[in-house]
Amino acid sequence: MSTVIAEMPGHELPTESHVNYLNVDHSVKSWLLTVDHKRIAILYLISITLMFFVGGFFAVLMRLNLIEPQGLVAPETYNKLFTMHGVIMVFFFLVPSIPATLGNFLVPLMIGARDLAFPRINLLSWYIYIIGAAFTLYAVISGGVDTGWTFYTPYSSTFAHSQVIPTALGVFITGFSSILTGLNFIVTIHKMRAPGLTWFRLPLFIWAMYATSIIFILGTPVIAITMFLLGLERLLHIGIFDPAIGGDPILFQHMFWFYSHPAVYIMILPGMGVMSELITAFSRKRIFGYTFVAFSSFAIAIISFLVWGHHMFVTGQSVYAGLIFSVLSFLVAIPSAIKVFNWTATLYKGSISYEAPMLYALGFIGLFTMGGLTGLFLASLATDVHLNGTYFIVAHFHYIMVGGAVMAYLGGLHFWWPKITGRLYPDAWARFAALVIFVGFNLTFFPQFVLGYLGMPRRYAVYPGEFQVLNVMSSAGASILGVGYLIPLIYFIWSFKYGPIAGPNPWGAKGLEWTTPSPPPTENFTEIPIVTEDAYDYAGTTGRRTHG
Amino acid sequence: MTGLVQFGLGFLAQMAAMLPLHPPTASTIAENVDLLYYFLTVLTLFFTALIFGTIFFFMVKFHRQSPDEIPADTQTHLFLELTWTIIPTLITFVIFVWASVLYVQNSRPPASSTEMFVVGKQWMWHIQHPEGIREINEMHVPVGQPIKLTMTSEDVIHDFYIPAFRVKKDVTPGRYSSLWFQATEVGTYHLFCAQYCGTDHSEMIGWVYVMSPTDYAAWLAGGSKSESMAQMGGRLFSQLGCQSCHTGESSGRGPSLAGIYGTSERMRDGSARTVDDVLIRQAIVNPNSIALPNYPPIMPTFQGQVNEEQVLQLIAYVKSLGPEERTMSSK
Repeated sequence: MSTVIAEMPGHELPTESHVNYLNVDHSVKSWLLTVDHKRIAILYLISITLMFFVGGFFAVLMRLNLIEPQGLVAPETYNKLFTMHGVIMVFFFLVPSIPATLGNFLVPLMIGARDLAFPRINLLSWYIYIIGAAFTLYAVISGGVDTGWTFYTPYSSTFAHSQVIPTALGVFITGFSSILTGLNFIVTIHKMRAPGLTWFRLPLFIWAMYATSIIFILGTPVIAITMFLLGLERLLHIGIFDPAIGGDPILFQHMFWFYSHPAVYIMILPGMGVMSELITAFSRKRIFGYTFVAFSSFAIAIISFLVWGHHMFVTGQSVYAGLIFSVLSFLVAIPSAIKVFNWTATLYKGSISYEAPMLYALGFIGLFTMGGLTGLFLASLATDVHLNGTYFIVAHFHYIMVGGAVMAYLGGLHFWWPKITGRLYPDAWARFAALVIFVGFNLTFFPQFVLGYLGMPRRYAVYPGEFQVLNVMSSAGASILGVGYLIPLIYFIWSFKYGPIAGPNPWGAKGLEWTTPSPPPTENFTEIPIVTEDAYDYAGTTGRRTHG
Repeated sequence: MTGLVQFGLGFLAQMAAMLPLHPPTASTIAENVDLLYYFLTVLTLFFTALIFGTIFFFMVKFHRQSPDEIPADTQTHLFLELTWTIIPTLITFVIFVWASVLYVQNSRPPASSTEMFVVGKQWMWHIQHPEGIREINEMHVPVGQPIKLTMTSEDVIHDFYIPAFRVKKDVTPGRYSSLWFQATEVGTYHLFCAQYCGTDHSEMIGWVYVMSPTDYAAWLAGGSKSESMAQMGGRLFSQLGCQSCHTGESSGRGPSLAGIYGTSERMRDGSARTVDDVLIRQAIVNPNSIALPNYPPIMPTFQGQVNEEQVLQLIAYVKSLGPEERTMSSK
């Protein structure tokens, strides 16, 4: 009798034998008041996953509406759907996604530290994020907002009759959580690296986090100022964006994009960092061109502040400004190309295996390449005039943000899941999900490139019938994509409780995070490691890492 | 067999008709933009295929053979790094120059352009022809004639977009933006608003009718309006009482407007400004922001009393005032 019970799944739960950050204390208080970077990463993981599915739900409704040229919901409803989809996905999912979850979890582990430099500030970041999210969700529940995630004035400041203020306040507040996270990362990376872990021995994920943090700190205050001015304009009508009293609505766009273009790199740079980890681990090779990959992150971070005007080629911006922003936009593409070539070259003569994280990584390279190359159409002045404001833009940035950033995020989550939870997930399901997501993604967004060149403007609740075939294709793809995102949610939740024990290093990967048990103890390392080798030294050519 | 081939070709043709890859090509610049677009498309496909192909090749060729296989190190190759930095840089430079030359060429309307006026308003397009005809969400233009649009908005930012002409420009309140095109094919083409402008943004659409010059002349003649824009502006000028100050004499309380359009006026701070559409509009809606040396700031604002279409009519009127009309305006 007892053997029968033992064979039933769930009755013999695998359990960790060691005390770790997850089982050290199970009380709710211990979670809500934790200053452990790993637990804060989990808090973020739960919060942003929730926001992802809220934002995704709006996307599903949008794609449903667009099956029919005359639309299925009222235009004001559709306008709110795309606005809330954008606001939630950009500010509450994509921007915090990799830095706040994987970054929070991994930065101290990868550099051999016991925590971030300012653990309490780290917890504060999460609370600020939650307060910001609460304002935005309040705006959603209390009627929604219909300005587009770009909040262009004077529509947002004077004409919109929706919850602009709570939404702007939510974006304003949550920005501070980004700033504090960036600050925490920069100080931690400077001051808390393990002995022997020199700058050029750092994993490239850390370089990417550092570059992202620079943008967090320099860029985010500008969106805060912009949202603040928008609020003042709407409440008190101070006139800064109102042409009727001498203001300039275009000024808003300059300020908005001064943050929001670098913000695109906040979303993609961490993904690039994840890529370097995945490609090396699953080909068991040192990264090809370490310094080129590392410095290209900085080149991107710096140039990204100088290209905002390419969002404004058709605003009546002067020809000369257009030319300068165009050439700089081409320039920012080069470091990204360098990264793609180096990842590809890393595979050369490697020992490549295809577990789920690697499939996401390869998917990233393909989709990011397409996203990047279609960016050239928009950096080119003559073609941008035609494509600006159409579905081509929508397709392009979804290839970067969803095909790129979300693929990298999922790849990273699959890669470090055994470290985070100590459990394995069913790899076959994970590979299947990666495939479903890849197919669903392309079917959703590729037709939108064609729609854009044909001239279909974005943010249209109803549209001429000739665009229907491509829209139906896109909506069909979206339903596949939606299913693709639900599969990992299910097996991750399953794995958290029932997954087989992973052990400290299930992939045979290099990096300090794999030298400590899974899940790691609260203090990360029993003894601080001393590093004597380069990153990704699978061949063991630069010496041996010793402990103590 | 031939039937099958015929069916196949017919099906493909039908598919191609259902799924075109570009909008109608109906302006002088459309083909040039398409050429760049297709070049970029080929480039994108080439590099995507190159990257994908290389990855697939490596994946198969360097598949892990045994669980404990450790490959030998590959050294970073400076020559390769420089190659794949410099070649893409050169390619992007070529694209930049190509696209920019096209853009700069397209940015200046030819001197022979006919001017037309567009006012965007939630959620419709008002079009005015200099001859006085006004249209809503429809624009009739003659084929082969360069048309320059001067555009502004009554409320929020809109964007005037004709995909078949590959032209687009934001229409912004408080500013005049301009856009020009020369239609090459008679036909009916979409006109879209491409900047989100509120609830019925997607209904702010219309049609551009490109007509042969004779049809266009007939259409113009059939219009009910007998007054030109300048005449309408002149009527407004007296209705609003403008002539009580702008008498046309140097003794008037306001400067004479005769022959003033296009001249350079000295401001009180010593700077000089050209009297153009922007300055005249500013003088009407925010007169005291223009400080003239010999005139006190006594002009009231006409903001709210005239809409943007009427401002354009007033500008057309001022523009029409040659020096010889001095006496007329002082009547």
